Amino acid sequence: MSPETERADQAPRSLFDKVWEAHQVRAETDETPGLLYIDLHLVHEVTSPQAFSVLDERGLAVRRPDRTLATIDHSTPTLDFAPGDTPPYATAAAQSQVERLQDNTKKHGITLHGWGSGHRGVVHVIGPELGATQPGMTIVCGDSHTATHGAFGALAFGIGTTEVGHVLASQCLLQRKPKSMRVTVDGEVAKGISAKDIILAVIAEIGVDGGTGCVIEYAGSAIEALDMEGRMTVCNMSIEAGARAGMIAPDATTFDWLEGREHCPSGADWDQAVARWSALRSDPGARFDHEVMIDAANIRPMVTWGTAPDTGIAVNTPIPQPRSASHRKALSYMGLEAGMPVAGAKVDQVFIGSCTNSRITDLREAATIMSGRRVAEGVRALIVPGSVAVRAQAEAEGLDRIFLEAGAEWRQPGCSMCIAMNGDRGEPGQLVVSTSNRNFEGRQGPGVRTVLASPATAAAAAIAGHVIDPAELMEPAHA
Amino acid sequence: MPDQIDDIRQIDSRTFVIDQEDIDTDQIIPARFLTTTSRDGLGKLAFHDWRYDGEGKPLDTVSLNSLDTAECRVLVAGRNFGCGSSREHAPWALHDFGFRAVISSEFADIFRSNSARNGLLPIVAPEAAHNWLLANPGVSIKVDLASQHVDLGNGPSFDFAIEPFAKHCLMEGTDPLGFLMSHADAIDAYEADHA
Repeated sequence: MSPETERADQAPRSLFDKVWEAHQVRAETDETPGLLYIDLHLVHEVTSPQAFSVLDERGLAVRRPDRTLATIDHSTPTLDFAPGDTPPYATAAAQSQVERLQDNTKKHGITLHGWGSGHRGVVHVIGPELGATQPGMTIVCGDSHTATHGAFGALAFGIGTTEVGHVLASQCLLQRKPKSMRVTVDGEVAKGISAKDIILAVIAEIGVDGGTGCVIEYAGSAIEALDMEGRMTVCNMSIEAGARAGMIAPDATTFDWLEGREHCPSGADWDQAVARWSALRSDPGARFDHEVMIDAANIRPMVTWGTAPDTGIAVNTPIPQPRSASHRKALSYMGLEAGMPVAGAKVDQVFIGSCTNSRITDLREAATIMSGRRVAEGVRALIVPGSVAVRAQAEAEGLDRIFLEAGAEWRQPGCSMCIAMNGDRGEPGQLVVSTSNRNFEGRQGPGVRTVLASPATAAAAAIAGHVIDPAELMEPAHA
Repeated sequence: MPDQIDDIRQIDSRTFVIDQEDIDTDQIIPARFLTTTSRDGLGKLAFHDWRYDGEGKPLDTVSLNSLDTAECRVLVAGRNFGCGSSREHAPWALHDFGFRAVISSEFADIFRSNSARNGLLPIVAPEAAHNWLLANPGVSIKVDLASQHVDLGNGPSFDFAIEPFAKHCLMEGTDPLGFLMSHADAIDAYEADHA
């Protein structure tokens, strides 16, 4: 019996309800939260050392090393280095942090995709790439962008370091069930509009805290039309609207993308898995605490003008008059003026990468714009693939040549300038057009001004030397 | 285990006000300091880029640099405090700086749960009380966790909500990991059913 027929006599359930209920080890009570079982725990070097220390202090083992997967991404340099050499870490602390994870994973028998692994990369890129991320799973990581994995119909969310310790020791989390929100994006997007434009438009609509306390399900024809990379971009930024998780019901696009990946079942097991996963969608009539509708046809290439991710507007639209002291402060920090569009703002650096936009389709999107063109004088463009595998595929397709011939830097994988922990950063006062997820003050280095955008818009800014509608560069350049 | 857990059951303190919305975790502790492998001593990095110049010298004009945290242990901030990353370094830094409670009209989810686990009480105030606190910086208030009440003296005192288990842990010093581990049998049974 499928989960749907089993429950035919009961109230309609959402995708989130189904995954949540399937993972309850113990239901919540008035006095205590429930125990939620975690299928996959992703670990990286920044938010795990203090958690392993707690285990060591108490003499606790990692309960399920086989459900734990580690990589190094935040503190790691993206510069080339010769095999056998010490990686060119920005600081001794960064090196020590990476070595701590190497020691901790070895001690506890956890697989680490570290230096030398063909699957090292940004944690939210490699989970799906390996097929470790699967529909219906619960997935956590000490990283707020864990929602990325919800693109596959998983319930995936970020946790603090204390909770990292809880999952290492017990494979469970103490949780109360969050509220739910459905964001329906219906209609067809205009040519050249990408998933990043969609999610920036969604966040602008619901606000930086509009999803607080909620798990979002993204639905509608414009979401269904996205490829998996696009769906990951959408779910990735759920936290930028305050939501801990974002989910999309798995479908043929999902299954086709996953089939044959290393951690996925094969043969008859695969067929059974697909049958089971196919029931993972919200029942007709499922109830959500909040509903938001967005018309895809109205979405234009989006850029942010402020220092919070909900300040996205169409690139050629005038910046709105400030509604609060925070807005005035943000405009002043950004050096932008209300009444003027962001288009035209002079650009110092462009960053194409991050767990939001560093996958192969993102790099293709950027390469289409950069092909046969040159990065404007005085602009530094950094292209940072999300994983060793993405980098290899891009090189097999010749994308690296396009970037290098345009005068951009082609880097090794990592989080890089999204979080600016590894030495990749902007200088005070510089304007950076970035495909990452956060434009907070100082996020890309003290005093750096960040404009969030899609890979196409970022690539166009690199070529033009100022923020520009990428449609102006969509036609191929003449060689 | 946070130190001095007792001192958040009852807090008599003046407030320190930062009247700004959407204060994100990159403001609370910038990411470049997250290469630490310890949770201790992060107070000097709290609000680092607001407090120090480009050379790392403390800015005299920033009142956080001259704050007497012995008598000022409650931070009052604008709506949506702690948005952004999941870094637990944010409450570690605020706690080590000397704060024992943060009052706002709304907290980001992960910051809120991280704080309650680290001896930093996140208190959601009703709009009138929140506005009053923002407009009256430095007032003396009393926070009582047992009765979930904040006494604002001449201001609009209020009751606040807290997740019952988080309250229990803070009041009794109960360790949530110990509570989780006490359910090993149920976890074994779940795994056996789902193997």
